[in-house]
Amino acid sequence: MRFTTEQAVAWIKRANERIQENREYLTELDQAIGDGDHGINLARGFREAVTALDRGGLDDIGAVFNQTGMTLLSKVGGASGPLYGTAFIKMGGALKGRREIAFSDLAQAIDAAVEGIGMRGKAQPGDKTMLDLWEPFAGFIRGCEHGVDLKAFRDMCENELERIKQLQARRGRASFLGNRSIGHHDPGAVSSWYLFDTLCAILSESGGHDGDDH
Amino acid sequence: MEKVGIVLVSHSYELVRGLERLLRQLNPAVPLAIAGGTEEGEIGTSAYKIKEAIEQVMSRQGAVVLFDLGSALINAELAIEWLPEASRERVRIVDAPLVEGAYAAVVQSGLGGSLAEVAQTAQDAKQMGKL
Repeated sequence: MRFTTEQAVAWIKRANERIQENREYLTELDQAIGDGDHGINLARGFREAVTALDRGGLDDIGAVFNQTGMTLLSKVGGASGPLYGTAFIKMGGALKGRREIAFSDLAQAIDAAVEGIGMRGKAQPGDKTMLDLWEPFAGFIRGCEHGVDLKAFRDMCENELERIKQLQARRGRASFLGNRSIGHHDPGAVSSWYLFDTLCAILSESGGHDGDDH
Repeated sequence: MEKVGIVLVSHSYELVRGLERLLRQLNPAVPLAIAGGTEEGEIGTSAYKIKEAIEQVMSRQGAVVLFDLGSALINAELAIEWLPEASRERVRIVDAPLVEGAYAAVVQSGLGGSLAEVAQTAQDAKQMGKL
């Protein structure tokens, strides 16, 4: 399995569409246990990230991710700006100058993103944050060297989101709510799911061919 | 004698603008800068704005950063990482209530306190009873 610059660009664009469609829903989730700005902030950030990509001039995956991360950093006002920004900048750093990569490289880049999110947000697994979906997703991608099984991916996400829903928030604005955060979706985990879902759809469309990996 | 700079970070521009006015009245000689709201002027924080604010008040004595809520901390940490290494160690993020902490910091900086003293005084404001 290979991943190309064109696919990286297509991913950001499709993720943007999904976030725009679900802007209100993300805001509702955040109003329940946060400060109600997640949908608006992310929608603005990803819209700007796509505008920046449309200007063109980037020909490797690292540059696409790095520019996306820098845009999210500057355009998203809440905690999700520096967290998503760091995730993409870390992926960009891991894939600098690469136009086409093997799946194992993508998995490593996602590992770097997980590490960056953990460091920047000082969250631990189980704190009910986006990290609680990024970690299992990194594990899932590591096991996908011969292709992405969309159904397995979606089952994994459904289970994980349900597990995260039952956690008590220990980081961020939701932690003020104590055990009243239990039973609510974490907005950052849900928006992360949109990102992963669009990525996996793109990966599965490219077919299971292993290219020149053999 | 240079004084320790003070940076006020908030999700709201109006909030830190008001606090800035209050503190300037207290002691106009203390270097004070604010970073409130996003670059578009919405509610939120911006690492870029915070970095600029730190640079405005950074003295040889250093600067302390006070903030309102969690995600401001993430952006303040990011802003400090973007500073040159020599400046980085002269900036302290303080765990303090924004209003009382900033008030205490201005008093201590105005008295010529060191970076450690200003940071400690601001942090002590957390234990101060109001009633």
